[in-house]
Amino acid sequence: MKTILIAFDQSDTTIGAGFCEALGQVWDVVEIPVDVLSDSAATGLVGACSDYSHIVAVSSMRSKDILARLAGLMEAAMVSDAVGLESPTVFTRPIIAGTVLATVETLSTPVIVTFRPSGFAVGSTSPGQVLKLVASDSAAKRLGAEVRSGSRPDLTQAKRIVSGGRPLKDVATFEQIIGGLADKLGGAVGATRAAVDSGIAPNELQVGQTGKIVAPDLYIAAGISGSTQHMAGIKDSKCIVAINKDPDAPIFEVADFGLVADLFDAVPELASKI
Amino acid sequence: MKILVPVKRVIDPYAKVKPLADGSGLDVAGVKFDINPFDEIAVEEAVRMKEADPGVHITVVSIGASECEEQLRKALAIGADEAVLIETDDTLDSFVVANELEFVVRQLNPDLVLMGKQATDDDCNQAGQMLAARLGWPQATFACKVERGVGNLRVTRETDTGEEILELPLPCLVTTDLRLNEPRYIALPGIIKARSKPLTKQQRATQVLPKTRVVRLVSPPPRPAGRMVGSVDELVVALKERGAL
Repeated sequence: MKTILIAFDQSDTTIGAGFCEALGQVWDVVEIPVDVLSDSAATGLVGACSDYSHIVAVSSMRSKDILARLAGLMEAAMVSDAVGLESPTVFTRPIIAGTVLATVETLSTPVIVTFRPSGFAVGSTSPGQVLKLVASDSAAKRLGAEVRSGSRPDLTQAKRIVSGGRPLKDVATFEQIIGGLADKLGGAVGATRAAVDSGIAPNELQVGQTGKIVAPDLYIAAGISGSTQHMAGIKDSKCIVAINKDPDAPIFEVADFGLVADLFDAVPELASKI
Repeated sequence: MKILVPVKRVIDPYAKVKPLADGSGLDVAGVKFDINPFDEIAVEEAVRMKEADPGVHITVVSIGASECEEQLRKALAIGADEAVLIETDDTLDSFVVANELEFVVRQLNPDLVLMGKQATDDDCNQAGQMLAARLGWPQATFACKVERGVGNLRVTRETDTGEEILELPLPCLVTTDLRLNEPRYIALPGIIKARSKPLTKQQRATQVLPKTRVVRLVSPPPRPAGRMVGSVDELVVALKERGAL
């Protein structure tokens, strides 16, 4: 049994070590350059991964794009978004927006898994080999990309996150109120689907079932009612703070600390007091 | 241009569902079913392409029990031309679905497969990519804008860090994200018209077995109850006590 971690980012090797160790002693890494498209990445990975029983990657949009294609090419058993491991062939994963936890057994080898690092202990080992992908040509062509990475930490790895919902009204207000507190905390900014849909926040900040899954030490939700879809993305946070003027908002049922207040008063006040 | 849109029958995404006490499945008593919301977005997008170009022909396909006909009729009511139901009570996973869809693609020769990025029941996000791999077609997942060119598609897709624009030669496969469009309200004439549109039933074409098996389902452990604070000052104290600040 041998594991290979597909690394899309330099930090993947560190944050993925724990899951690889849970699978076994020996694990290697193959690094995927940032500009490789899914079809050429998956085709290149078939060769690179042929000697491995487990082909794994940290869950992300990019890893799902490529690893599921790889699973189709290799006829592999695939588990998405593993949050637990009972054995190298039995995993737990959330389904139905995280309202149910499924235990899934893989029935053939190789096994392809995308996993959420927050579900596993921090690893201490380093990979044996670090391979480079030999990418083939892609049938598709990238015409352009807009990478909106600012100075703030990455949402999926941030220790502190401040998120806002639709009550933030517009881009400038959202940035001022939510961004202001996030910067004070040295944290990342997140948003609800409603905020993204209404153009207040960019898509890559969406937290929830179909957006980013986060697990920070501190998650501050401002003007967020707490839909099932949003909760699916935040429930592994260590401490959830909800600030909402509606005392009946469902988010108060899951928050560690709830404050019924107008976010336009409370969030700047909080920023000024920490 | 021929478009194939696979649609999945899923538990109403807004319903609250719980596992059965023995963990063998979900308690779906009294729960409604609907078309997977991401697949509905795919149907809507295909219909918009048809409205822009009457030469577009849309086939929708579903795999599952006979009840899937309801979801296929809904897709026809949105504006698809015909439907195929691969009727089976077998337990399916993404791998089986991709294999069955591969067969349908080889049967119908569409120029484009347009489908949801994931189903809101199993949340796998696999079937589209697996199908594209099996067909050897280029793919664009998480699409938020699709434009037709000559012999190609220009797809804007959401990424972990923003967006990118891909140009894909036809045939290709596109999976839809939330912001591609807002599916229309289905008016009564559409529903009536859908009843007379062709719906073909066929058996599974492959004997492929699932590569994964759901062993049990449980409710996740609830978060411990929190408490309300009365002011920002109280919140700051509470967070410091917790070590969160």
